Amino acid sequence: MGRVPIVRIAGTLVATVLEDLHDRDALELEAELFTQLERTDSDGVILDLSVVEIVDSFLGRMLNDIASGVRLMGAQMVVVGIQPAVAITLVELGLELKGVRTAVSPDRGRLLLRKLVADEKRGHRRAGR
Amino acid sequence: MRNGGTVVPVADVHVPIRGEDDIVASRQRAREVARQLGFGAVDQSRIATAVSELARNIVRYATNGEGEVIVRETSHAERSAGIEIVVSDKGPGIADVDQAMRDGYTSGAGMGMGLPGTRRLMDEMDIDSAPGRGTTIVIRKWRR
Repeated sequence: MGRVPIVRIAGTLVATVLEDLHDRDALELEAELFTQLERTDSDGVILDLSVVEIVDSFLGRMLNDIASGVRLMGAQMVVVGIQPAVAITLVELGLELKGVRTAVSPDRGRLLLRKLVADEKRGHRRAGR
Repeated sequence: MRNGGTVVPVADVHVPIRGEDDIVASRQRAREVARQLGFGAVDQSRIATAVSELARNIVRYATNGEGEVIVRETSHAERSAGIEIVVSDKGPGIADVDQAMRDGYTSGAGMGMGLPGTRRLMDEMDIDSAPGRGTTIVIRKWRR
């Protein structure tokens, strides 16, 4: 278990970043999320960044990578709670995180995640016909 | 720091950069000094992120991965107080600074937006670098 606690709530993994992450903590979070997705057969991830005050280019790229990996595993991820100051900094830095779905709060994140998971399942059914 | 009319100078902060752990240490110290100097939340985030980018460059690119970050208060005749951060290493240096400042430039390790992105977060950035001599980057931001 790394420094980011991950809990499973009704088929969704919820990871809450509670402190400024070292690079290795971010890499460990990625590995741990993928491991738990597979082990628990979950279909979604909510990553809560609401207490995170610094997202630099490394962590920004990690968020993109984690979102891509989660999709490859057939699940969906929504990042919630990016602070206004962090959003401004990321845009100025040139990192718009286009591959990452986001929501302003955990509540909205949960709704968006359920919609993404449902859309994905419908898409698969159509494609399978 | 301006506190009820009295001026309390903020002491210079030196953070040696010897490895990955010092990236987090340097950005946290820079953020703390920015807060003491009266910068708002958005500027604190910009300053801390800029320091993180530059400190990571040292860990990634400097020959022995070592250098130093100095955070201090600065002033300018026509402006309010500001923060100045000096990031230096004795690494391989940057052969073409103009090229390194262009968006999309990368020296191969995926940090292409490092310097131009960092420049956008700050008000000023000076780079002194030459191959074999190392790199010193000074960044400044003025309080609005």
